[in-house]
Amino acid sequence: MGSYEYRRYPYRRPAELDGKNKRHPVVIVGAGIAGPTLALALAARGIASIVLDEDDTVSFGSRSICQAKHSLEVWDRIGVARRVVEKGITWQQGEVYLGDRPIYHFDLASEAGHKFPAFVNLQQYYVEEYLFERCLAEKLIELRFRNKVVGIRQDPESASVDVETPDGCYTLEAEWLIACDGVRSAVRHLLGLPFPGEAFDDQFLIADIRLASGFPKERRFWFYPPFHPTNSVLLHRQADDVLRVDFQLGRDADPEEEKKPENVDRRLRLMFGPDVTWTHEWTSVYTFTCRMMERFVHGRAIFVGDAAHVVSPFGARGGNAAVADADNLAWKLTRVLEGNSPASLLDSYCSERRAAARENILNSTRSTDFITPKFPASRAFRDATLALARDFPFARAMVNSGRLSVPTVQPGSPLDTPDGDSDWQRGPAPGSAMLDAPVVHDRGGFLIDHLGQGFTVLCFAANAADLPDLPAGTAGLMVGCEGPAPAGWTSLDDRDGLLERRYDGREGTVYLIRPDRYIAARWRRPDAMAPASALRRATGHG
Amino acid sequence: MTEAAAGALRRSLNLAHPDEIYNAIVDAHKDLDDEQCRAFDARLILLLVNHVGDADAIREALAAARPEGEGKPNDR
Ligand SMILES: Cc1cc2nc3c(=O)[nH]c(=O)nc-3n(C[C@H](O)[C@H](O)[C@H](O)COP(=O)(O)OP(=O)(O)OC[C@H]3O[C@@H](n4cnc5c(N)ncnc54)[C@H](O)[C@@H]3O)c2cc1C
Repeated sequence: MGSYEYRRYPYRRPAELDGKNKRHPVVIVGAGIAGPTLALALAARGIASIVLDEDDTVSFGSRSICQAKHSLEVWDRIGVARRVVEKGITWQQGEVYLGDRPIYHFDLASEAGHKFPAFVNLQQYYVEEYLFERCLAEKLIELRFRNKVVGIRQDPESASVDVETPDGCYTLEAEWLIACDGVRSAVRHLLGLPFPGEAFDDQFLIADIRLASGFPKERRFWFYPPFHPTNSVLLHRQADDVLRVDFQLGRDADPEEEKKPENVDRRLRLMFGPDVTWTHEWTSVYTFTCRMMERFVHGRAIFVGDAAHVVSPFGARGGNAAVADADNLAWKLTRVLEGNSPASLLDSYCSERRAAARENILNSTRSTDFITPKFPASRAFRDATLALARDFPFARAMVNSGRLSVPTVQPGSPLDTPDGDSDWQRGPAPGSAMLDAPVVHDRGGFLIDHLGQGFTVLCFAANAADLPDLPAGTAGLMVGCEGPAPAGWTSLDDRDGLLERRYDGREGTVYLIRPDRYIAARWRRPDAMAPASALRRATGHG
Repeated sequence: MTEAAAGALRRSLNLAHPDEIYNAIVDAHKDLDDEQCRAFDARLILLLVNHVGDADAIREALAAARPEGEGKPNDR
């Protein structure tokens, strides 16, 4: 079944089996989405890592398909985004139906002028394939397939894992052990850590099918469609003319029966009519849970992605949150390993990404409650909303078939310097993700092309004399400045005026942007010490 | 709830002809069975809630409409 060819990646006998032991700065358990993304983000900063995976191939079945803009921005910096965009399906429109009647249309491309679209749909196995290839080409990364973690010990300075391979067992010692080993995290189990949350018993049937259809590149969601009148159906385009059809089955369905090809075909036939033909790529029946660990950092073990938190698929938040976790952790871990920040900086990884996970779980639970109402009044309000949606625009806004992943806001992080000025009309506040915009420059046509691996100072100033002092280790981007750029600064031409608009960039405005492209601080006119002091705070010295 | 805790939700009469409106609401349910009543009420609540538009008032109304001791406390 399926046209995707699952390549087996080579297993190599680890040196430790022949007695070559040393302590590694970073060992990552799990090569799904989070693990390789983290390894590449670390390597981009000069940090070596070993990535262990029990398997020797990419994600079986598609699972994650909607890759969000902020993930593409992360992958852009590690050389993977272009392939994802080229292979994937860029979509921005969505249609929600009640029965066979469209009731709500959305367009995510509200504003042009971003390097990446809101979403690219690409099967998880392709994303992992591209990440693996980059990892295998990277000298600082050792990706070890068929290496399964089966034991773990910690002391204050390090963590050690016992690893099983086809050639026997060995022990690997790391300064930091990063658990990217998915929802059933072995590291979490081995440390006996709880994973509290909520399980949902509604079942969903995924049928990924290949049909050379003329289907538009948009997301479609039906409540009570004529071809599946008791429940909902979700349709997404993927690469290779593959469609994801997701049938809500309810609580009492028999998963084994539902997975039988003849039963899947019967449902699809009702949906597509008598003339369409297809082949099956992947079929599965799933239920889902929303869970989150109480802490993401336990001694020398740090949890990332599904290992730390899981959500329902509505809203495409799981894989995208895993990427955001990795991006948040990579620069902090680098600073700690290089002795530039205290280990307590990692506490902010926990607090910021737990806040993000909470927001993701809240959003996905609300969508779940709307799509699968759990008690009669809940269903009554859901159906009332749908009934009103055609004639009343306010009700359309309440129709919740999944609120799609956008960068979460991390308010009140100890790393951020709260606004001192009160006259901001727009612009990302501290704790929010930066906004992209087009610029004119031969090194790249978008703002994100000019953000390096460190902190960035973005300044709107007409005269070079008005630029603030650049704190050590930061790069300066100046907008609207005449004349040559002083040392450390790059001058960007705000071609369409979108930078100024998106950042409320009046004369003198300065933003401090973190390496993960979140805003750490902003000022109308910072006094001389302000940027340096915000930087100290943002790097855990505050 | 004490008067002091109340704020956004209007407690005094705000209708010119209260009897008329009251009866209009009741009459609108007259020939509906229980399930239809529930669907009707849900639509009506959503329409009115959007019209009110004041989140504090709506939250106060949600609390006021639910007498103490009825059902389990809503902890969501
Ligand atoms: C039906 C479905 C649809 C989804 N749709 C979307 C979507 O559209 N967008 C989105 O963003 N997300 C989506 N998700 C969620 C997404 O698939 C996950 O959130 C994502 O895979 C998490 O990545 P991860 O790297 O944390 O974990 P995983 O991808 O699960 O990777 C974990 C890795 O750890 C390895 N491993 C496990 N145990 C060990 C061990 N003991 N030793 C060594 N290695 C080990 C495994 O082999 C695996 O490779 C969907 C999920 C499902 C089920």
